[in-house]
Amino acid sequence: MTYWIGALVVLAAAVGAALSGINEYFFYAAFVVLQFMVLATAWNILGGYAGYVNFGTAAFFAIGAYTAVVLFKALGAPLAVQIVAAALVSGLLGFGVGLLTLRLRGIFFAIATVAVIFIMETMMVNWRYVGGATGLQLLRPDVMAPFESYTRMLFAVMALLAVIAVSVARYVQVSWIGRGLRAIRDSEEAAESSGVPTLKLKLFACTVSGALMGAAGAPMPMYLSFIEPASSFSLNYSVSALAMPMIGGTAHWIGPIIGALLLGSIQQIVTVTISNEINVLVVGVLLVLFVVLAPDGVLGLFKRWTRYFK
Amino acid sequence: MIFSFDLLFEALIFGVLLGCFYAAVSIGLSVSFGLLDVPHVAHPAVMILGSYATYVVASYGIDPIVAGVILMPAFFVLGILIYRFYYEAFEKRGTEAAVRGLAFFFGLAFIIEVGLILVFGVDQRMVEAGYIGSSLELGDYRIPYRMLVAFGVALVLTFGLTLYLSKTFTGRAIKAVAQDEPALRLIGANPVRIKQWAFGIATGVSALAGAMLIIVGPVEPALDRVYIGRTFCVVVLAGLGSMTGTLAAGLILGIAESIVLMMLGASWAPAVAFGLLLLVLGIRPQGLFGR
Repeated sequence: MTYWIGALVVLAAAVGAALSGINEYFFYAAFVVLQFMVLATAWNILGGYAGYVNFGTAAFFAIGAYTAVVLFKALGAPLAVQIVAAALVSGLLGFGVGLLTLRLRGIFFAIATVAVIFIMETMMVNWRYVGGATGLQLLRPDVMAPFESYTRMLFAVMALLAVIAVSVARYVQVSWIGRGLRAIRDSEEAAESSGVPTLKLKLFACTVSGALMGAAGAPMPMYLSFIEPASSFSLNYSVSALAMPMIGGTAHWIGPIIGALLLGSIQQIVTVTISNEINVLVVGVLLVLFVVLAPDGVLGLFKRWTRYFK
Repeated sequence: MIFSFDLLFEALIFGVLLGCFYAAVSIGLSVSFGLLDVPHVAHPAVMILGSYATYVVASYGIDPIVAGVILMPAFFVLGILIYRFYYEAFEKRGTEAAVRGLAFFFGLAFIIEVGLILVFGVDQRMVEAGYIGSSLELGDYRIPYRMLVAFGVALVLTFGLTLYLSKTFTGRAIKAVAQDEPALRLIGANPVRIKQWAFGIATGVSALAGAMLIIVGPVEPALDRVYIGRTFCVVVLAGLGSMTGTLAAGLILGIAESIVLMMLGASWAPAVAFGLLLLVLGIRPQGLFGR
């Protein structure tokens, strides 16, 4: 109950902020942080709970974005429809990749997800309708009533998506599904032999995770008014979506939120003040530092400190 | 498009040369991932590091292949350091640390890539040598010398490593550690030291592979991303740890890529390795020569 009140308060605050007079740039940056919050939360459902590393976040994200573009271009579909369709298509993609490789060891699944990025990117590069390699310029539709600008509206939409993603992750974590996934992470053989339907659970996690990543990608074309394969399918999305839960802590749904707020904000500041390359370097260095020195992320550090001061 | 046997034959020749080159860039991974079971997704990044190191050494007027050979000891030491670190931080702690080990190598790849961007910029770099830019002409066919050089070095590397692993004492110990690590402990050998040595060799070989990469074509820091697909495709298709398999798998990939290049054009080529990789994982995950 407390969780739902908290979620509603956060959502109301986000919408309130979007309606207030805060500088436009804030929303421009905050949209990206929230987008990474959805990606990190989605990644954690399979990667954190079940221990199957997905390097293919960029593929699910970009396929969501391209689904939105196709629907927008062909039918002029509204944003809500684009998001739902993107989630369906990326979820299906997650199911397919999972079916193909989730029976194998984790490393093979990880490599297969990299393959999905490059295969999907090649297909989009060769698909003239969505702009091919050069990309496609998009004309935003008129902004809807209460919001002053399109960016503000997209910010509110992304805040809603973040709340939905976190709620799904929280549900998975506290339900029997989460217990099953944790059993898989600890010992797959033991889980299987005590009757946990390991393949079904992994497939479920992979599908849900993919669907949420796709939903996160859907508003992106409208946010940029542009879509292009090289940047949409960039491995930089994959490394960030993996680094954020690892830095925040993978055991609890709040971990990816902490990671996304921390790393996402640093990224925004670094990208603006220094350069995009340094931004990727910061992600890489923090990721390596945390996996070596703080295996359970910020959450683990926090637990260690509270125990120390007791 | 116009189909002709001449074109197909040319694609086959190019494919064989390309295939040997792919086998050579994958052979280090065949040892580190195939035999030692280290999830070394930073292997292509280390190789690109080798390309840039070759670029620097070659800029003093040294032949790029000689430069690659000179760099091998340094990369051998680098490999030992990387493995030592990986072992202490992750492998020692068992399966619980496996996910973090994988994330570590992924992060390492990005650090190397961005490091290269910061030092050299994002522009493409290449080396100069007599055999780069000219071609051997056989009747109607033109075979670039740079491909022939890469072909030769690739064969030497592959057969050298195969012989080393099957004929020498240490080589056999490396194979033994891949097959049954606890048994090695029982007879009083130290598997960690053997793995460390093997990882050093795998990384040392990457320096020469990197030199070949920059001989075959211009190199940029982000090139490692597409080579994740090519190298893992070859190693998985080969069957983990099989050296002869690596050569065969490299040839299959090279020929497939060269035919796709001819029939569909360059924009489809990057997907070949990744598509083949998914196909193998779906149909025959143990690979061609898998145990």
